[in-house]
Amino acid sequence: MCLAIPGQIVEISAEQPLLARVEVGGVQRNVNIGLLDPGEVGAGDWILIHVGFALSKIDERQAHDQLRMLQAMGEDQLAIEEIRGYTFADQDGELDEIRR
Amino acid sequence: MKYVDEFREPGIISGVARELARTVDPARHYRVMEVCGGHTHSIYRHGLRDVLPPNIELVHGPGCPVCVLPTGRVDDGLAIAARDGVALACFGDMMRVPGTKGTPLELKARGADIRMVYSPLDALRIAEQNPHKHVCFFSIGFETTAPSTALTILRARELGLTNFSVFCNHVTIVPAMRAILDSPDMRIDGFVGPGHVSAITGCRPYEFIAADYGKPVVVAGFEPLDILEAILMVVRQLNANEARVENQYKRIVPWEGNPPALRAMAQVFELRPYFEWRGLGFISQSALAIKESFAVYDAEKLFDIPGVRVTDPRGAQCGEVLKGVLKPPQCKLFGTECNPEHPVGALMVSSEGACAAYYRYAVYAAAVEAPA
Amino acid sequence: MTTIETTRRTPRFADAQIEMAHGAGGTASRRLVEGLIGPYFSNPALQAFSDAAVLSIEGTRLATTADGFVVKPLRFPGGSIGELAVNGTLNDLAVSAAKPVALMATLILEAGLATSTLESEIEAMAIAARKAGIPIVGGDTKVVEHGMADGMYVSTFGIGVSDPRAMLDPASIRPGDRVLLSGPIGAHGITILLARGELDFQADLVSDTRCVWPFVEALLSQCGPGLRWMRDPTRGGVATALNELVRGGEYGIALSEEHVPMHDAVRGACELLGLDPLHIANEGQFLAVVAPSYADAALAAVRSVEGGERAVFIGDVRAEPKRRVIGINGYGGTRVIDMLVGDPLPRIC
Repeated sequence: MCLAIPGQIVEISAEQPLLARVEVGGVQRNVNIGLLDPGEVGAGDWILIHVGFALSKIDERQAHDQLRMLQAMGEDQLAIEEIRGYTFADQDGELDEIRR
Repeated sequence: MKYVDEFREPGIISGVARELARTVDPARHYRVMEVCGGHTHSIYRHGLRDVLPPNIELVHGPGCPVCVLPTGRVDDGLAIAARDGVALACFGDMMRVPGTKGTPLELKARGADIRMVYSPLDALRIAEQNPHKHVCFFSIGFETTAPSTALTILRARELGLTNFSVFCNHVTIVPAMRAILDSPDMRIDGFVGPGHVSAITGCRPYEFIAADYGKPVVVAGFEPLDILEAILMVVRQLNANEARVENQYKRIVPWEGNPPALRAMAQVFELRPYFEWRGLGFISQSALAIKESFAVYDAEKLFDIPGVRVTDPRGAQCGEVLKGVLKPPQCKLFGTECNPEHPVGALMVSSEGACAAYYRYAVYAAAVEAPA
Repeated sequence: MTTIETTRRTPRFADAQIEMAHGAGGTASRRLVEGLIGPYFSNPALQAFSDAAVLSIEGTRLATTADGFVVKPLRFPGGSIGELAVNGTLNDLAVSAAKPVALMATLILEAGLATSTLESEIEAMAIAARKAGIPIVGGDTKVVEHGMADGMYVSTFGIGVSDPRAMLDPASIRPGDRVLLSGPIGAHGITILLARGELDFQADLVSDTRCVWPFVEALLSQCGPGLRWMRDPTRGGVATALNELVRGGEYGIALSEEHVPMHDAVRGACELLGLDPLHIANEGQFLAVVAPSYADAALAAVRSVEGGERAVFIGDVRAEPKRRVIGINGYGGTRVIDMLVGDPLPRIC
């Protein structure tokens, strides 16, 4: 369940501080931020949107660290295979795909 | 799209897939259940089964709120819609779910005032703009969605609305997981846990699964990279004979959950003593009802609903499929009487239902296997 | 073992009443046309169930098409019902490789419709027709009671001359043939969805409605012999059009998902609402299946016409799986791309 998508806060209404204008890849909508702590988010922050509400603030640092770790995992794997003398170049150009 | 595209990056996914292939014990068969229907949908949409090692079997869990809603409750909602002066607002997911007399879309075609909304706040807005109409919002969903309904009811009270109500069908995920774990036919080795439910509840609610049942639970995000990494984490625990709750979805899920959301839920809702789940039967303390203090917004108090129990049509084995005991093609109606165009049960309607997902894959597999 | 109905069996129409799904362009529409209407009208020109019927009249091959336009709201960013009606009809002729010659239009008007609104639509039709160089030579008007017709409905008839350079024949499609798409998908359908206002989203997006004959003409002049099939992916989107193609053949289609172009706003709206862009209507795009030896020429031809810069090959014809459209992503993951069942509905789960 739970289709929820990351979006970026464009602005928070001064008259209605629980309402944020949020952008998702070129589409904008008002999103209720009442499920977040007051002051937790502001313009420029990224949030997770579900049925018109923000469920969570995205921890950008966590995202970055995780991606870096996973990227390294793939590269370590490659290094291991190369040491073993077995490359993926034999398998449908996957190597080129990764090095893209 | 930021925080989406990076987690669909083919190069990184291939790398993690290779690590997973290297990590599985070739002599072992791993049965991993992804609890959440959103994960089921994502697995099929992103073709993840093609990059999993053959000895990892994914079992689709019951975390699809449309799928587990009994037909009787759908009928109850449609009975509300049939009343004069009432407009029923529901999510798109509900529009093609069959009740006894038809789907919401079909009833709408016959004149019922049924409107599709993206947010419960949109239903509230319809009520504000139509003071002579009563707008009833048909709410479904797990803990992911319940806080939004709670805030909407609080907002209705703030506005002093007298023409708005909610037909509450929110259910909670832990009792369903417990029912799966206690089921004698169940042999699941580990779980990919529901990422967005956990954004609200945190990860603590699953600790009993590791402690009492000895199964690992990895709370996962919904992008293909998230799901793949979570499966890898489950496999690593299984290989090491460990059973812990881990959080793969750290960028979204706080270990302690979302306190304002939990407070809103506690303010507006209480647990029903029991609730019927399609396929899993009656489960105690598994669903939410609106508290007495908000009775004026409770459709079940405002309207006489039939409350009739409706059994699944003969031959339909929605229950066994929901529990993961049967794979969809093993249901006698699969692909013949029950298909996406004429669904018999909700698992074929919902795009995250196991049967709908499997239908596409099974049709493909059958086509590949068919002789030239 | 799975027992799945093959897609070859002619569907009977057993529904007791007409639903919105029957007009959505997907499987329900197909059942209505082929299961109820087709059997009564049965004749060779109809059996092909293509966008235009080709009639041979005293040695001249003429293509004829009829179309109906029902859209709410009548005016939307990038166009209006009048413009849609003209372009849509011309496009049906174009993708049948027929040079449009004339149009006719029947207007069903709701009593109470403001004259200014009607005049805007007539003007829009005139502008679109003039831009394409095609006259609107006649038609009819009817008025129905207030509460019917959503303001106005437009029904059209178009006629064109089959271009001799074309050798369109789905039976000539072979594994290895390439699938060409003229440009970004989903703009029209998402624009309409947002314009209705019910979902309260806003985006800088306009309908892609336009006449595609100039692109088709370029294709015919550069690679007529290599052009196997064309279709404009309107209701039901690219997925439905391609599924309709493969269901009668001995081949399937594989799409490379990374190569399908779409505007950011279409992508954003689809992700937010849980919609598949391949199911969303387009009103200014076309698909073509091209023999591999003509592929480079075909792409160059479409790109050489203003508005065709984003044309791209999105996939190819394969021997297996037969009668299926599959999508392949960047890491080799596959999925089945189905025909649309009813209207695309947003979801929250």
